Amino acid sequence: MKQLIVSAATEGGETNPLMPNPWEMGVVLVGFAVLLFIVVKFIVPMFEKTFAERAEAIEGGIAKAEKAQAEASAALEEYKQQLTDARAEANRIREEARAEGAQILADLKAKAAAESARITEQAHAQIESERQAAVVALRSEVGTLATTLAGRIVGEALSDDERSARVVDRFLADLETQNAGAAK
Amino acid sequence: MIALALPAQDSGTFTPPGIDEMHLPAILPWGAHEGFSKQMLLVILSVVIIATFFILAARKQQLVPGKLQFAGEMAYGFVRNSIAKDIIGGRDFMKYVPLLFSLFFFILVNNIYGAIPLIQLPSFSHVGGAYVLAGLVYFTWIGIGLKKNGIKYFKLATVPSGVPWYILPIVVPIEIISNFLVRPVTHSLRLFATMLAGHLIVMLAGSGIEFLIMQENVLLKGTSVLVLVGAIAMYMLEALIMALQAYVFTLLTAIYIEGALHADSH
Repeated sequence: MKQLIVSAATEGGETNPLMPNPWEMGVVLVGFAVLLFIVVKFIVPMFEKTFAERAEAIEGGIAKAEKAQAEASAALEEYKQQLTDARAEANRIREEARAEGAQILADLKAKAAAESARITEQAHAQIESERQAAVVALRSEVGTLATTLAGRIVGEALSDDERSARVVDRFLADLETQNAGAAK
Repeated sequence: MIALALPAQDSGTFTPPGIDEMHLPAILPWGAHEGFSKQMLLVILSVVIIATFFILAARKQQLVPGKLQFAGEMAYGFVRNSIAKDIIGGRDFMKYVPLLFSLFFFILVNNIYGAIPLIQLPSFSHVGGAYVLAGLVYFTWIGIGLKKNGIKYFKLATVPSGVPWYILPIVVPIEIISNFLVRPVTHSLRLFATMLAGHLIVMLAGSGIEFLIMQENVLLKGTSVLVLVGAIAMYMLEALIMALQAYVFTLLTAIYIEGALHADSH
């Protein structure tokens, strides 16, 4: 190493590695300046333009996809909403129908009950009036009948039990036929 | 070193290649020690290569990139996002992307030259180029700091906040030295020294192999294989360092710019 340094020193000139050659410095300076100029003027703008366009294209695509996605989900939401509405509507209608049915049934029942009550009432009234009529008729006839019967009984011999029983029977049979004729 | 030292006792002497071998005679000399050198040609070629590649890659501007455009976008995106955006941050990193991008690929291509057979000369193994780039960066970040913070920038950059006043007499000189004096030197020498060392090792291994193969002794001839294996390993390491140094130089530039932009919050 020592020899190397010595030989370097003795030969002189450009042998000290730390001493620059000004011509080489000049070439590097100019060369680098030219390169820097080309890079600033052409290379960087071209790459940046490509990057920007690419970013724009990708972002545009993403935006489009997002828009489509949003539309799709909005449509889905709408359909879901409609479906829910339809279900609610159907439920409501069913409920209404059920309520209406129950109402109708209750009305009919009430009407039937009223009708039956009315019929029963009517029957009662008729029975009552017929009974009344019967009572009136009986009352008017019983006197006559009793007088007739008494007259007959008295007209016959009162001691003869058999005959009196026969008379009573005959009276009753007459009464029945009379009644039957009246009923007809 | 032992393998290289042995033949010196045997037959002839081995003279390792030195710094002089890195400075080949100029292609078009115009003075005793001056002229259009291989290094200058390579630097100019690198500008042509980078500009051509990226203009071809970026020209089509397709939304769905082809292979070439994809490769160009990967490379551009690496500097833009992994260095500029991550270090300088959200709002104003775009302004510095061209500088960082140019720096990274200029240094990368010029370093990779060292790994290409027949070219085998990393441009920054000559210190001049490293001085130029580090100097450019140095004035750039100071300029950014002054533009952003005014003359107060020098105070912000050298007087750290939250330090007790009685430590300041020690801290302030250290900050001045480390930020304004040492920084550009390390920035340039880091690149230059790694490239020089790598180039020297490859040269040394190459001439060592050549020397050993010329030996009469078969066993000594055989040792050249060992040197070759070592040289290949070193070559791989150098290739890694070439890419790494381009990244480190650019990353440090981004860090310096970020420090100048946000001097008030440091």
